[in-house]
Amino acid sequence: MRLKIALLVVSTALLAAVATGCGGSDKSASTTEAAAASCDKDTLSLIKEGQLTIGTDNPAFPPWFGGTPPKGSKWKISDPTSGEGFEGAVAYAVAKELGFAKDEVKWVVVPFDQSFKPGSKSFDFDINQISFTPQRAKSVDFSDSYYNVNQALVGVKGTPIASVKSAADLKDYKLGVQIGTTSYDYVVNTIKPDKQPSVYNNSSDVNSALKARQIDGIVVDLPTAFFITGAEQVPNSVVVGQFPTKKTPEHFGLVLTKDSDLTECVDKALASLKSDGRLADIQREWLSNKTSAPVLK
Amino acid sequence: MSVDAETGRGHRGSRILADLTSGGARGAAIALASTAVFFGLIALAVVTSSGWDDVRRAFFNGDIFRDSFPEIARAFLVNIKIFLIAEALILVVALAIAVLRSLPGPVLFPFRALAIAYTDLFRGIPTILVIYILGFGAPALELSNVPKSPMFWGITALVLVYSAYVAEVYRAGIDSVHPSQEAAARSLGLSRATTLRFVILPQAVRRVVPPLLNDFIGLQKDSALVALIGPIEAFRQAQIDQAATFNYTPYVATALLFVLLTIPMARLTDWLIARDRRRQSAGGAR
Repeated sequence: MRLKIALLVVSTALLAAVATGCGGSDKSASTTEAAAASCDKDTLSLIKEGQLTIGTDNPAFPPWFGGTPPKGSKWKISDPTSGEGFEGAVAYAVAKELGFAKDEVKWVVVPFDQSFKPGSKSFDFDINQISFTPQRAKSVDFSDSYYNVNQALVGVKGTPIASVKSAADLKDYKLGVQIGTTSYDYVVNTIKPDKQPSVYNNSSDVNSALKARQIDGIVVDLPTAFFITGAEQVPNSVVVGQFPTKKTPEHFGLVLTKDSDLTECVDKALASLKSDGRLADIQREWLSNKTSAPVLK
Repeated sequence: MSVDAETGRGHRGSRILADLTSGGARGAAIALASTAVFFGLIALAVVTSSGWDDVRRAFFNGDIFRDSFPEIARAFLVNIKIFLIAEALILVVALAIAVLRSLPGPVLFPFRALAIAYTDLFRGIPTILVIYILGFGAPALELSNVPKSPMFWGITALVLVYSAYVAEVYRAGIDSVHPSQEAAARSLGLSRATTLRFVILPQAVRRVVPPLLNDFIGLQKDSALVALIGPIEAFRQAQIDQAATFNYTPYVATALLFVLLTIPMARLTDWLIARDRRRQSAGGAR
């Protein structure tokens, strides 16, 4: 019996040695391509040749996307192919800058957590209100900012939270946030409420929880806050206020495959949209009435 | 009994070790060599595949594991709370349903029908749907006296769903007690209720302990579904860490915690089945 146990131990150890020994093969040189990437449309490395594949989540919500999905369309609430809404317009402006006509742009549904899975991606870039964070940038490429964003608070009219004047007053409230968002980070790291926030899979679930009064308020980016109240996503809701801009403003970036050749070209396109004021025009067109709210000091 | 198939030959103690040593020293050596080659080849195939570096970074990142594990372990206490409360309630609710369903006589038909309708309904609806419907739907009615807490509704949903399964397990146990037992008890002057309480149920429950534990292993895993309506338990905490780092190691850490919890339960179930079998084959009363 003892011999058999010894055999078992030895063989297990051998197996373990095999497993760990092979684990040591570090990836040696992450070949950073010399920045010779030309942004000529024909030389871009794309998911599918001749077309620009852009990802976003479904449903696509205003004010980020607009238009009405035609019957039989897979898109809900908004239709990214319409080019309407802030992110829709930005996506097509970038595409045009890269040399793609409107009909050369294809949209794919990419749930938030799919945009950064390991391995290959189904999109050339993803536009889905994804904020830049250094941690995220380790796994994917971010373009430069196309929108600087503030977090905001949504509550229900007539409830105590609706009369809150500062972030410090929020300690005793149960806040709800969507998972993986910088709104969550803001609640946990800046507001630091005494009650553990509730965390939901998607924005619809956060809204449901406020409707059911399981939470007192929602922390979300300001334009989305106006959509929740304006489109009656939560009846009787109100934008209580926006949180002050941080020292380094939070910004949205386009997400690309890590070390993608395309990142540089997208940045060039964004730079040109900024320098001649087209990005500012798009922002005025789609977000102008969605940026003013009292600041919660 | 169907469980007999799982127990195989008359193993005692550690069954892996017993299996390994059943062929003598030579057999054990062959078994070990074949095991080493088999798993060695698999390991080799995995680590030499082109995507292995990516997979290792994404799923087995030591730093992220160390960072996220304590938080996830703390959140795992919420899972433990959920299923301990749910298990206690399920044992009672399910037994009540099973007893309702086994009530005899035409007068009591409505109760039997109710019990059947209940088990049909709640075994038919996916757990995740029950949790969503109750978790967001019930509080939205804004009835006074009805709690709004997602923990309350999450646990309620799990109790409703699992009671339907466990009631069937109980019923199988009750049905397995030979009718002569009841006849004998009644002929001794015991009332129907007393017979059920002191003769039928003790035998029935003892027989269904292994399948009961089996359902509870399922319940332990499904406690993660409560996260959908807000509470931060282990899976949700892992999602939060994953979303912050874009790395899947926290999921692996959570899986590890669940496995660590369910393996002792699974071994206990195996042991109970084996014990039961020994008792029966020893020629005891049955």
